[in-house]
Amino acid sequence: MSPTAAAGSSNRALRFFEATIVKKAVVAVTGLVLFGFVTGHMLGNLQIFLGPERLNAYAAFLKSNLELLWGARITLLISVFAHIFFTIQLWQLKNQARPVAYVKKVNSHSSAASRTMYYSGPVILAFVVYHLLHFTVGAVHPHFSETDVYSNVVYGFLQLPVALSYMVAVGLLCMHLSHGIASIPQTLGFNHPVHTPKIKAAARVIATLYFLGYASIPVGVMTGIIRLSSMSL
Amino acid sequence: MQRYEAKDVSPDMSFLEMLDVVNEKLIAEGTAPITFEHDCREGICGSCGFMINGVAHGPKSGTTVCQLHMRSFKDGDELYLEPWRAKAFPVLKDLMVDRNAFDRIIAAGGFITARTGSAQDANSIPVPKAYADRAMDAAACIGCGACVASCPNASAALFTGAKISHLGLLPQGQAERDRRALRMIAQFSSELFGSCTNIGECEAACPKHISLSVIAQMNGDYLKASVRDRGAVKESSD
Amino acid sequence: MQLDSRIPSGPIEKAWEKTRFEMKLVNPANKRKFTVIVVGTGLGGGAAAASLGELGYNVKCFCFQDSPRRAHSIAAQGGINAAKNYQNDGDSIYRLFYDTVKGGDFRAREHNVYRLAQNSVSIIDQCVAQGVPFAREYGGLLANRSFGGAQVSRTFYARGQTGQQLLLGAYQALEAQIDSGRVTMYPRTEMLDLVVIDGKARGIITRNLVTGKIESHVADAVVLASGGYGNVYYLSTNAKGSNCTAIWRAHKRGAAFANPCFTQIHPTCIPVSGEYQSKLTLMSESLRNDGRIWVPLQKGDKRPASQIPENERDYYLERRYPSFGNLVPRDVASRAAKAVCDEGRGVGETGLGVYLDFAESISRLGRGAIEERYGNLFEMYERITGENPYEMPMRIYPAIHYTMGGLWVDYQLMSSIPGLFVLGEANFSDHGANRLGASALMQGLSDGYFIIPYTLGNYLASNKLAKVDAGAPEVRNVLSEVENSVKRLLSIKGKRTVTSFHRELGKIMWDHCGMARNAEGLKQAIRQIRALREEFWRDVNVPGSGDDLNQQLENAGRVADFFELGELMCVDALERNESCGGHFREEFQTDEGEAMRDDEHYQYVAAWEYMGPDAPHQLNKEPLNFEYVHPAQRSYK
Repeated sequence: MSPTAAAGSSNRALRFFEATIVKKAVVAVTGLVLFGFVTGHMLGNLQIFLGPERLNAYAAFLKSNLELLWGARITLLISVFAHIFFTIQLWQLKNQARPVAYVKKVNSHSSAASRTMYYSGPVILAFVVYHLLHFTVGAVHPHFSETDVYSNVVYGFLQLPVALSYMVAVGLLCMHLSHGIASIPQTLGFNHPVHTPKIKAAARVIATLYFLGYASIPVGVMTGIIRLSSMSL
Repeated sequence: MQRYEAKDVSPDMSFLEMLDVVNEKLIAEGTAPITFEHDCREGICGSCGFMINGVAHGPKSGTTVCQLHMRSFKDGDELYLEPWRAKAFPVLKDLMVDRNAFDRIIAAGGFITARTGSAQDANSIPVPKAYADRAMDAAACIGCGACVASCPNASAALFTGAKISHLGLLPQGQAERDRRALRMIAQFSSELFGSCTNIGECEAACPKHISLSVIAQMNGDYLKASVRDRGAVKESSD
Repeated sequence: MQLDSRIPSGPIEKAWEKTRFEMKLVNPANKRKFTVIVVGTGLGGGAAAASLGELGYNVKCFCFQDSPRRAHSIAAQGGINAAKNYQNDGDSIYRLFYDTVKGGDFRAREHNVYRLAQNSVSIIDQCVAQGVPFAREYGGLLANRSFGGAQVSRTFYARGQTGQQLLLGAYQALEAQIDSGRVTMYPRTEMLDLVVIDGKARGIITRNLVTGKIESHVADAVVLASGGYGNVYYLSTNAKGSNCTAIWRAHKRGAAFANPCFTQIHPTCIPVSGEYQSKLTLMSESLRNDGRIWVPLQKGDKRPASQIPENERDYYLERRYPSFGNLVPRDVASRAAKAVCDEGRGVGETGLGVYLDFAESISRLGRGAIEERYGNLFEMYERITGENPYEMPMRIYPAIHYTMGGLWVDYQLMSSIPGLFVLGEANFSDHGANRLGASALMQGLSDGYFIIPYTLGNYLASNKLAKVDAGAPEVRNVLSEVENSVKRLLSIKGKRTVTSFHRELGKIMWDHCGMARNAEGLKQAIRQIRALREEFWRDVNVPGSGDDLNQQLENAGRVADFFELGELMCVDALERNESCGGHFREEFQTDEGEAMRDDEHYQYVAAWEYMGPDAPHQLNKEPLNFEYVHPAQRSYK
């Protein structure tokens, strides 16, 4: 009798996803997809500084190609689902793995971002839901227009609590990214004494830039740099 | 938590010698001494280890508890001692835990099969110095469990990764590389260790400074082996 | 007692081959029907259990630690010798054999040593195949260094952790066998007695250190690889758990104990800092390659080292041994350190220390070069002492490190009890009166990988062994004796702690049976040990019960055995009226203070036989013959 456990499930695919390393790799790959979306979304949104025509035309273009739109939406949806599904499994494992907590525990060598992934994630998810209801569906938007994305944004961010909570959420998102981006190569098996520190530094720079990029929109609205155009009035 | 007072502590004492002194006094008073694991007391056997004020092996980097000296503390300091806490490391008594899960992970595949007497001449397998050095870095693991203890996920990734890296970096270890990764990880999972989320507390706590890069190598080896897997996991070990 | 060393006849080069050919073999299909017990999982036991498992025997393996990977072989730093001659510097099996016999001061069996040198070559092959990350040159081939005063570079090493890496190799092989089901591992289990039935070793009695349960295990043969007994001195470089219990209890069941007084003192350890000291830490001998050893010329010179000018320093090794200088063998270096400290010229708070100074090497080679060579060791020194050895010289002092003595074994590593085999430091066989550096690892692995797999098979194939049941009366009797002795320890409930007794015993041993011995001191030591032992059994306080994890109880049993062994060591040292290797009798020295052997009267192995609790041990002599290496006085001048 072998004292060590043999493999779990006999089904090859199921067995593949049983391993935490594979679960984590799925989280990394889907994270990468979502990072791609966050990048495109930011670049698209920044067109707001170019005026209402430009942004509304961009929005109309996105909506005009249904295959592309739903293709992207389905990919994102699957990614979000898988990202969360496997993270929940890993989180459950974490709780099982240390049933008795330390009376005193110091975590001084790791970043706050890395230790709060399990908490920043759900907050970001809640924000995404709100954000969709706010700007995409319009259910919680007081002045929603199907076509005028530009004024939706301006009206939305003229409400101070909305703008502030948006900035907090984006801050958390970027914190999540700063650990997430640096972590992807490690999870997928790449670590190098020269490149890994560079990747870590780059992840911090990217996270900061993205925060500035996203935050610039509500800040622009509140400071009056982005204003309602006469057309929309 | 039980409170003890340590008197007559010299700064030249090791931490365990301080506990010896406390225990001698407890025995003289007719109280039960504190149980803690220790053996070589020179930082290599990996027997000792517990949390001191929330830090595995205490405040000095690259140092096991047995080599930690009281000059690292001030007179009057209040120290919280706790055993390693993880589902996979049941507490046996006081500061002593059962780490046999580590042995089972090694048994599952942490070796190179080389039947006694079957080896070719040692110099017929050249190993580039850089690889030999990296293998040695990973092989320095003493199996103390500080990585698991300090990991917020209670993961044994650093321990498992260290062995997978040590053997996987050497030409002798290639034949069993896939099988090793698949079987060791299967065992790792069945022991109820948590999953690595690349936090890095293990690396900081490791008394032998084993680097997170061993975990990356483990991840890569496992993913590749999984893709190539033709049922190696199921194969019986006989 | 009849001691048959079973040394094969014919030329020494062919002796082992001839023996192997003459051995009987166990049919492959029958191997699994034999149960073999292995006690200890260091290099000897780990390698043996793994190899016997591979062969198909049903192996039960025991260690007192929580895992087989923690055996004290792990702490060996320097390296392992092998006659590979990879450096083309003139090494050969014969030269390694010659050096080891000479280094052992002509008190080892030539045939055993020759076989050790032969096996050394296969050991390196085996370990490399297992993935031991030995140091390499840029070309990818194995690197070597010269070690412990050898004139050739034959030492293989893995940084300063050679023992660790070799042990992990054996441990991993053992775990693979555990996984395959051929070896059953019993960690945290201590052997407390040997079961002998019809004159043959047939099992052991153990205590589960977690539950306290005392159990019996029966087998067809028993292999002891439980290490050395240096902890009889309380302070030594051994691990705290290292003990003599397995071999001592086997001795009391009839296994002869050979040369108990042959102990090795390592010259470069960190000195004792206070009464609370629990163990001594070794600094690798390699430090002597670049460090210069000195003490002040004047007695009681308390100035800091930096304020003592060059002409007021005594580089005593370089002065006394101009050709070997700081690299003289361990026993010589240790005695010289003791001599200058006895003169009152020792350094440090206690006066028991000498300087190991790197200032000259640092100025000649640069700090970087020294850091590259000894960085880890310097760090370790600073961690322990709080002093920076780059700025001030290290303080070092000799400490007990290894015991050459052990259970007597024949050429096939079988003790005087048939079916009881003894490997590694636990036996006496290969190092004579002094062990050379980097030879202990070699012997452990040679015994475990390359000797016991053959000789054990020979024993099993040539003896008809009746089936033994764990319920047999012989087994049950020993079991109840063990239970009673545990109960006895627990029932005393006196005033003194186990450690306080152990510390006092250690001091007696160190003062009278340590680096230098004399008849008067030894006689006094025997009296003191007897009195202390009597007090121990009257006044020791072992708290708690026997029904759970009780470290004090474990320790009490071990210390009780150290008392008896310590006395025998003194008896042996007193009986051996000569100086040889690590055994230095002050009455027997040359005018220059060097060891003086007496080959005419003492060229034998002293194998002591246990005659009962109240009777003195009986001495049996196995004469030693030197056909190949002719005894001469060792000279390192």
